[in-house]
Amino acid sequence: MGNKTTFDFEANIDGALKDDQLRKNLRKAMDILVDKRRTVFPDTTYLEQLRSAGNAIKRRALKQLPRLLEQLEANCTKNGIQVHWAEDTAQANGIVLDILRRHEARDIVKGKSMVSEEMHLNHFLEKNDIEAIETDLGEFIIQLNHETPSHIIVPAIHKNKDEVAAIFNEKIPDTPYTEDVEELTAIARRVLRKRFAAAKVGLSGVNFAIAETGTLLLVENEGNGRMCTTVPEVHVAVMGLEKVLEKLSDVPPLLRLLTGSATGQTITTYVNMISSPRKSEEKDGPKEVHLVILDNGRSRMLADPEFRQTLLCIRCGTCLNHCPVYVRIGGHAYGHVYPGPIGKILTPQMEGLEQAGVLATASSLCGACGEVCPVRIPIPDLIRRLRNESYDQDGSAVVDGGGYKKNLAETLVWKGWELANRSPVLNEMGTRLAGTIGKRLPKVGPLEKWTRVRTSPKVARTSLHERARNEGVNDE
Amino acid sequence: MNSQPARERILARLHASGTEQTTVPEVPLPPELLLDREAKIERLAAQMAAIRTEVHIVKADTWIEKLNEVAREKGWKRLLYGPGAPIGPAIETAWASDAAGLPELVAYAGPVETFKEDLFQIDAGITSARAGVAETGAVVLWPTAHEPRLMSLVPPVHVAVLDADTIYNSMTEMMAVEKWADGMPTNALLISGPSKTADIEFTLVFGVHGPKELVLLIRK
Repeated sequence: MGNKTTFDFEANIDGALKDDQLRKNLRKAMDILVDKRRTVFPDTTYLEQLRSAGNAIKRRALKQLPRLLEQLEANCTKNGIQVHWAEDTAQANGIVLDILRRHEARDIVKGKSMVSEEMHLNHFLEKNDIEAIETDLGEFIIQLNHETPSHIIVPAIHKNKDEVAAIFNEKIPDTPYTEDVEELTAIARRVLRKRFAAAKVGLSGVNFAIAETGTLLLVENEGNGRMCTTVPEVHVAVMGLEKVLEKLSDVPPLLRLLTGSATGQTITTYVNMISSPRKSEEKDGPKEVHLVILDNGRSRMLADPEFRQTLLCIRCGTCLNHCPVYVRIGGHAYGHVYPGPIGKILTPQMEGLEQAGVLATASSLCGACGEVCPVRIPIPDLIRRLRNESYDQDGSAVVDGGGYKKNLAETLVWKGWELANRSPVLNEMGTRLAGTIGKRLPKVGPLEKWTRVRTSPKVARTSLHERARNEGVNDE
Repeated sequence: MNSQPARERILARLHASGTEQTTVPEVPLPPELLLDREAKIERLAAQMAAIRTEVHIVKADTWIEKLNEVAREKGWKRLLYGPGAPIGPAIETAWASDAAGLPELVAYAGPVETFKEDLFQIDAGITSARAGVAETGAVVLWPTAHEPRLMSLVPPVHVAVLDADTIYNSMTEMMAVEKWADGMPTNALLISGPSKTADIEFTLVFGVHGPKELVLLIRK
């Protein structure tokens, strides 16, 4: 993904922490989102019940995943929706390009879709002389500035209105500088309405796909999603294969969790359910609807009972908002499409530990993400598991690149530690030794790094065992 | 592009994952909202008004008068409607085509391809709503050939006409009672207010891509 060769997490973090404007913008935005979520779920008993129900619904869907995908495909096909399967992002891009070429489309209007970001679709299309037009206001802003989203729900949240004003003034022809948010929004409306009316093909993501009826469900507030899925002659929807639900009745509780967790809304302005292309008597809507189902590592995640839980995610982004690390460094520092806690567990599994395992180290394991997750993904547990797999002492790692951090010195230290804790004699010797030389250990290598921002622990001269014995307390 | 080989390999991996052998507990949903008729109307109206829907609760036989009043007040030049829709005939007789201060009625008569340029110029569109959801506050549209999808999206004002008797407690109740699972339409929509965004510094702005105003007439 992204900058494979240039990704330097520590440098990114350093840069982000020194960017006062970014930190101010983020702090303000995340505080608002946290507060809005709290307000929309005032009854904690209700919320906890809803979270448990959400977890069970998603687990039930994952349990039947292969069958549900086949059922979704069968029902979509019956309804006239064309279904495509892609093992990786290259295949998915190829499928989208094929459709565009068949319709001789020179551009495509896009509603917000994280899977399309995962595919790096815009970049791919640009190389093939097709212009991808982001139409969600936040996405539109950052696309003008050649940036990627810094948040999965509010992609331009790292920008304040002065920055947006400057971008519009500079990048949109004949646009005077204005910091008035109403005016800025009106400018985007004016520019994009023309594009909606002219485009032959529109693209969207999918929030939930319902196997029972062959329905694609999208939530949004702006109406750009409805534009992209209704005005052009062709609608292409892209989804990760974990988005499928068994029944229509599974939707309301998950919808409530999604909009409440994401933006603190009881419901979005629009809930858009699409089950077929335009029928012969109908006057508008796309004549062709395509659904691209993407794997890209997801089927591998499903094979491990613990990692499988990554696929419960409904992409609400609330773990980002509540993360003390994300709030301080923002989404771009993570250097990959999915930032924050969910990105820390998702990206290393998609990209391998060697490439992205470092993301799992950017956590204080405070547990906030796990506590707020609407579908109860134990994110901190999965972060710890990825850290363990990075060292993989016993060859049990299931994620690509397992053991990439393993080195002889560290392995020996742990072996020694294990030995010392199994043998009472060695243990006693070790404790005495620590008491004598513990303070005098040279602050070099990892120890230097570790103690730079921490007080080094003081090792007592005598062990607890010893003291107990000396003072005549029975400690056995 | 033939994606059949990809399909087979993906499904094979999913089957081999062991996921189908897991057990999943059934967890009950939190208790549903249960309101009487009046309370449902009130809740829906309050929820939608809170996100800037203009709500008018009117007697079933006076809704056209209210529409007249709203149209005059807002000064629309042209109003898009569906002649074949259940509310079509009433709208057609609401005012004379040359009535001063009232909009010209425009029928969504042909396929959008023949009509697109004009569609993007019209002031307001009026559609019926199939149902309402009290809990979250939303109207439900199943656009038809008579009242196509873009009527409630492209014009800067959307007027929705809802019968109070079709307001359900919740989305769950509505889908169950109306047996949605037995057959979904091309497009089903829940609409809870005018189009909005908060993408710039969380400043709420209405009418970013869809209607800037939503007027809801509830017929009681």
